[in-house]
Amino acid sequence: MARQAQKKDVVIIGLGWTGSILGIELAKEGLEILALERGPDRKTVPDFRYPDVADELKYGVRNGFMQRPRDSTVTVRRNLSETALPYRVLGSFLPGNGVGGAGVHWNGQTWRPQAVEYRLRSYVEERFGAGIIPEGMLLQDWGVTAEELEPYLTRFEYVLGISGKAGNLNGQIIEGGNPFEPSRSKEFPLPPLPDTYDSVLFAEVAKSMGYHPFPRPSANASAAYVNEYGMQLGPCNYCGFCERFGCLNYSKASPQTCVLDALKRKPNFEYRVNAEVLRIEKAGDGKTATGITYFDADAGEEIFQPADLVILCAYSLHNVHLLLLSEIGTPYDPATGTGVVGRSYAYQMTGGTSLFFKDKVFNPFVGTGSGGVTIDDFSISQIDFAKEGFIGGSYITAGHTGGRPIQQLSLPPGTPAWGRAWKEAAGTWYGHAMSIGAHGSNMAYRDTCLDLDPTYRDRHGRPLMRMTFDWKPNDIRMTQFMKAKIEPIAKALKPDVMSSSYKTDSSHYDVRPYQTTHNVGGAIMGIDPKSSVVNRYLQSWDLHNLFVMGASAFPQNTQYNPTGAVGGLAYWAVEAIRKDYLPNPRPLL
Amino acid sequence: MSLSPSALTRRSLLKTTAIGLVMGVSLPVPLFARSAEPPPLADYKPEYFTAQEWAFVMAATARLIPSDGTGPGALETRVPVFIDRQLAGAYGIAADWYMEGPFDPAANPQLGFQSPLTPAEIYRQGIALFDGWCRQALGSPFAALAPVRQDQALKLLEKNALAAGKPPAGATPAEAGPLVPPELRDFFTLLLANTKEGYFADPKYGGNHAMQAWVYIGFPGARASYAEWATRQNVRYPLGPVSISGERA
Repeated sequence: MARQAQKKDVVIIGLGWTGSILGIELAKEGLEILALERGPDRKTVPDFRYPDVADELKYGVRNGFMQRPRDSTVTVRRNLSETALPYRVLGSFLPGNGVGGAGVHWNGQTWRPQAVEYRLRSYVEERFGAGIIPEGMLLQDWGVTAEELEPYLTRFEYVLGISGKAGNLNGQIIEGGNPFEPSRSKEFPLPPLPDTYDSVLFAEVAKSMGYHPFPRPSANASAAYVNEYGMQLGPCNYCGFCERFGCLNYSKASPQTCVLDALKRKPNFEYRVNAEVLRIEKAGDGKTATGITYFDADAGEEIFQPADLVILCAYSLHNVHLLLLSEIGTPYDPATGTGVVGRSYAYQMTGGTSLFFKDKVFNPFVGTGSGGVTIDDFSISQIDFAKEGFIGGSYITAGHTGGRPIQQLSLPPGTPAWGRAWKEAAGTWYGHAMSIGAHGSNMAYRDTCLDLDPTYRDRHGRPLMRMTFDWKPNDIRMTQFMKAKIEPIAKALKPDVMSSSYKTDSSHYDVRPYQTTHNVGGAIMGIDPKSSVVNRYLQSWDLHNLFVMGASAFPQNTQYNPTGAVGGLAYWAVEAIRKDYLPNPRPLL
Repeated sequence: MSLSPSALTRRSLLKTTAIGLVMGVSLPVPLFARSAEPPPLADYKPEYFTAQEWAFVMAATARLIPSDGTGPGALETRVPVFIDRQLAGAYGIAADWYMEGPFDPAANPQLGFQSPLTPAEIYRQGIALFDGWCRQALGSPFAALAPVRQDQALKLLEKNALAAGKPPAGATPAEAGPLVPPELRDFFTLLLANTKEGYFADPKYGGNHAMQAWVYIGFPGARASYAEWATRQNVRYPLGPVSISGERA
């Protein structure tokens, strides 16, 4: 029997980016707030301090800042008839763990979706006709537009101190920025980061081919910065230990560097670590949540925490898992296509070409998490879907994040995996390689989904969540299109050797190599409770005092890294909570 | 001879050292700040491996990253020490991995690691199986084979293609054999991955002795501060590595 704690106004599940934002914004309302984080506390000092954090084995290879599968994982199958097996060892994606969540170990790539991506079904139907939508693809609008979200995306970028260059300022195209981005109301808060040699080479050749290179928007600060909460960032020192690592230099925007110290000073905010929420509790009438039950690992007991408002801010996969475990909303059934919770899981389609130059020195260890140069000439708004035979798009980019030798040593194709030839190739080619990558959209399908696994259980005895996912022809055609655009750029740079790696018709989802931690969908937003879990304010259609943040809200994945949209949606939702919901708690639609 | 800091590149250092040796003089400036030399590899007392397993790991890593040719090998960099310590620690017992059953170790490899065995158990059973196969098929335990035969045997292990039974006299060991059970199919993958980890990881874990692998490829280790180098194009970074404990090379 769970012990009952004293009631709070708000309980926040998970203290990463969205939990921190919801915490500080709701704390301004004078509400009593408790945030529960299943992992340990993490602070710049001592957890990310130099030189201990510059440890590739501990953090890069053994995933020291990540979720431990022993504590929490999923099962995976590629189709509805395969038997799902546990994701026992981290590979394909790396959910965070502890205070800061994945906001600790991200690269910092901070994008805005294109305007058409928020209303992708409407756009496709209007422009090309519904007939081009492949059988089984669940294309859906978000229920919110680029114009509506713009101020909130700007706010998030200003909290993070994003370095970049506007390409479309209040409708005016600006030379040197991304001409294909949706109109933004303000220039980036910080100027772009300096370009490394590989980025310069890519930018020059891309421009000569008529493309529009621009600096990648980055949460690695290019200069000293103070945000609206009084939090301070210093300029990035290109340490080369960014993704998979906490920032040793107060340069990468994270909940720690941008929000948490300000939030912890609020007397009405409290957080507890090693506190894993087991389920969200429902009232007898099924219309509201009464609070949550969590396991306090330090005390070794279950605690019921009553609250008037429950904000689910865990990683996207865990948001869906908790909804399924708590029996909130109708679980999705891929056999009938009915139900919503777990529907529309999507991932990210990526590919790339490596270039090797005997006479060029790149010093790859001089790296920042999200510097580099990008072209958006083949982005989702620039492609004729009817002509090309797919729905989607990618950004194409160069720039490196580090030269860590265990995980980032790139050798030419045909190099043996071991022996003298491997060793000598490592000595010959380290520092002489660069890459050009495509980072693209991934649609949701009737049989890409999340549900509870019938066999495997977690340490609390709860069913693991089961992921059903594989690559589909539409998205493979998209990435093959990008290959055909990237290879001529690569060849124009005249490398001594090059090699390409893109999904093909025979590719299936492989959980072993790292791909992205951009798992989206499963608790999607929309305008119809029959096809979405939360409304346009991220409010549960079922329990009006439950709001669900994060990329679990994306109806399909955009072509971009998700954090920019996740942060923008969090500010959008919290404003609706503050101005509309708190004065009169009810379903907002 | 004077040495400016910019002359302390790997190549110039190697060249200078070579000249110094040829001329029979020592370097005039101490360039290294290093912790005390550990005992020789031959005297190392393994924490996890038995003597027979240790002989295998010494011999196998010496083929995966051999000492001949340019650059240090696995033995000079003390890779076997790294592997021993990893298997004796949290990694060896799969402390972070989901290890609840049921297990289907023969599942499609794209579904990831599915063995019920921990890395330490996979090494123990894998070495016993592979060394047994070497004795039966090639007449000696792996460590006693000639390097050419060791490489042939490792290539079969890499493909999980060890055949049961003794091959006909003079024949190379047949491929496509069922000897390696599915729960051990990741043995070679782990062995190779751990060997490269031990070669390139920070020396605090027992391998990459004196940061030789970092010096060899030109990785500055834990320096982690390069702001002014971001925009320098096609110019080699001049400083050698530092380790987390403060060693310099």
